Amino acid sequence: MTENMLFALGNVLDPLKFLLMTLGVAGGIIVGALPGLTATMALALLVPFTFAMDATTSLMVLGGVYVGSMYGGCIAAILVNTPGTPSSIATTFDGYPMTKKGKAEHALVAAAFSSGVGGVFGALVLLFLSPPLAEAALKFGPPEYFWLAVFGLTIIATLSTGSVLKGLMGGALGLLLSTVGIAPIGGDMRFTFGFYQLQAGLELIVVLIGFFCIPEVINMIEKKINPQDVATYKPQKGVARSVIMDLIKKPGLLLRSSAIGTFVGIVPGAGGNIASLMAYNEAVRFSKEKEKFGTGIIDGVAASESSNNAEVGGSLVPLLTLGIPGAAPAAVMLGALMIQGMRPGPELYTTYGNVTYTFLFSFVLANIIMFVLGFFGSRYVARVINLPINILAPLVVFLTVIGSYAIRNNMLDVGIMVFFGLIGYVTKKAGFHPGPIVLGLILGPIAENGLVQSMLMGKASGSMFAVFFTRPISIVLILFCLISVAVPVISAIRARKRKEENANA
Amino acid sequence: MKKLKYLLLASILLLAFLVAGCGSSTKDQKAEKKVEYPTKPITYVIPFDAGGQSDIEARRQQPLLEKYLGQPVTITYKPGGGGAVGWAELVKQKPDGYYMAGFNIPHIILQPLERKDAGYKTEEINPVAIFQKTIIGLAVPKNSPYNTLEDFIKAAKAKPGSITVGGSGTLTGPHLFTLLLEKQAGIKLQYIPFTGAAPATQALLGGHSQAMAGNSDDLVKYPDKIKVLGIASADRFKALPDVPTMKEQGYDIQVSVDRGVAVPPGTDPVIVKKLEEAFMKIANDENIKAQMLKDGFEPVAMNAEQSKKYIEERTKVFTELYKQVAAEKKQ
Repeated sequence: MTENMLFALGNVLDPLKFLLMTLGVAGGIIVGALPGLTATMALALLVPFTFAMDATTSLMVLGGVYVGSMYGGCIAAILVNTPGTPSSIATTFDGYPMTKKGKAEHALVAAAFSSGVGGVFGALVLLFLSPPLAEAALKFGPPEYFWLAVFGLTIIATLSTGSVLKGLMGGALGLLLSTVGIAPIGGDMRFTFGFYQLQAGLELIVVLIGFFCIPEVINMIEKKINPQDVATYKPQKGVARSVIMDLIKKPGLLLRSSAIGTFVGIVPGAGGNIASLMAYNEAVRFSKEKEKFGTGIIDGVAASESSNNAEVGGSLVPLLTLGIPGAAPAAVMLGALMIQGMRPGPELYTTYGNVTYTFLFSFVLANIIMFVLGFFGSRYVARVINLPINILAPLVVFLTVIGSYAIRNNMLDVGIMVFFGLIGYVTKKAGFHPGPIVLGLILGPIAENGLVQSMLMGKASGSMFAVFFTRPISIVLILFCLISVAVPVISAIRARKRKEENANA
Repeated sequence: MKKLKYLLLASILLLAFLVAGCGSSTKDQKAEKKVEYPTKPITYVIPFDAGGQSDIEARRQQPLLEKYLGQPVTITYKPGGGGAVGWAELVKQKPDGYYMAGFNIPHIILQPLERKDAGYKTEEINPVAIFQKTIIGLAVPKNSPYNTLEDFIKAAKAKPGSITVGGSGTLTGPHLFTLLLEKQAGIKLQYIPFTGAAPATQALLGGHSQAMAGNSDDLVKYPDKIKVLGIASADRFKALPDVPTMKEQGYDIQVSVDRGVAVPPGTDPVIVKKLEEAFMKIANDENIKAQMLKDGFEPVAMNAEQSKKYIEERTKVFTELYKQVAAEKKQ
């Protein structure tokens, strides 16, 4: 193993390979920044080009693209409130308010730094802990997925700023939307309204663009009428240093978010979007300044970005050890491995040890390259918002239309995007946050699959109770759910009591 | 009786006329089309996500297709509804030979049966070739108490409905395999559908399901972790030579997921022929065959005619099975 590692270290620093990987990272960042172009698609387009490369180079380039695109998603999220990839949903919560405050560069630097930290964390876990963690991932069966989704839904409490009732209504709407299409179990058609395209269900990215981006564009145009509210960016000195110093002082936040991201990545089927939402939720829970979240603070951006980049490493853990992809882009990487004649499993670490360890080292390196590119690019990228609204707004709309079409090459998706955009605009005016809605949409299928599969398991074993309530990981997740729901309620009661006491005194 | 005779005569005449008509028209077109097709890039649509097995096969074929057809071949994706969205698009395209799509059996047979509006009909899928079979087999974890199919069936008989069998999806290859096994062995199993082959495998390896009706490419991947009790191919599967077929063990079950490529209905036979030639060359390529076998697939080479017949034959088998399932559902 050490021998393999030493060989790998030399290999990573090969100038041509290094250059190709850097190009991969840069390309990935661009793809990630454009809404609708996803890491999965970028990787799939690239795979044929890797035929001509040797196995190590091919994996290094693909790894670079994967890492870059995960970071790139934050750029659109921060600048125009549009998650470039679903993984950067939670980045919009504080990133965009920061832009509105004129702190776009702060947010971008924070994102680059925390993405780097998260990415390296995930990569190190992948390098050293893969086999035992992959075994642990297998312990996740249908009941565990069900409870994980239920736990995820408790994030609604955090996301519904202001009114929990509105948050719950939004979550319920999201769950309802998630049922459109072919039922994952049983195969019945639901809510397709005669459109054969809707058999495929609603594409998350299309709905995301609609809910997050369109209302913001309409807002921009409205503000053009009152120009004093328009966000601008003025280059300042020393931003990078102060942001990074600020983040270094919060190692707990970065480590916790990275750990959550890696964990979610290891569990197959739960992707970067869930990772970033969960990390954001925990950042709020552990923060002393809960009320500041959502108004544009660095912590929110850092939590989301460090976790979604840590998820990349995590998602490769079950892939390399068991051949089970942890997320959709990882599935494409599996295809690339197979084409090179490598089969996931112990063989990768022995027969193909040289290739595998080179790839793993390069993965750490790719994260560092990503940080450097993001760090120095921030002040230039931030200028995008200084474009006049009459150029920026049509440009954003143009990109959203292209993006929602490109994701499945489906024209109906563009209509769906506009439809949800208008709904998003109206509901936002009525005080609904789009967060709970997309949360329901993301977690709905996981919860539904987990529930029905668990019930079938229970039917076979004769005890529903045992399936749902006696498995160790399930019990832990149930406890998390209870704490997550109980803590805000208790603290609200306490706060009220204190108020009364103060009033009496 | 007389009427019938006339009718028969009339139809024979009509048929002869039609055949002659077709013959002459294709001849004419042949003369023109020979120069005409293909003159521009061809789109090869994958109705599944990027990186899936259908994509991998298409990518394997792409360079050779370009070589044989002399035109660029662009692969694009139209995923959704288990392939249905892509096939619904396919049958609406202009039948000019510049739009083709991968198709899967039993998907194209069962979706129109099961769904009121799948967006296409099985007979609208105009096959060019079928090039690959994924055989379905029954697997249990290595530490399972069942070492043979006999053990497994005995246990299922002792406690009906208590053994869980995971598989990818509802009314898919793995599900049909399970249904056929239940029917022929007279047992009751609990089938659990997962959202794909990877989650089904994960559930088996993690011990959440007791058995799996799995694809051959997954069955060959985990020799240290699973036992394959039987495989639903006609003869022994080359990549798993020690595993007995279901037939050897007394159950006439042959289920596979087959991959092929199709063009819109009404495409000129001359164009189909051109594409068919290219795909058959690739399907008979020793190098490609060896790669497929290594990955756990059975390479096949069915031309357009054979593919059409095969789809018809499978449609009969699956329609009957589907009707039984639907009738049981109603009870």
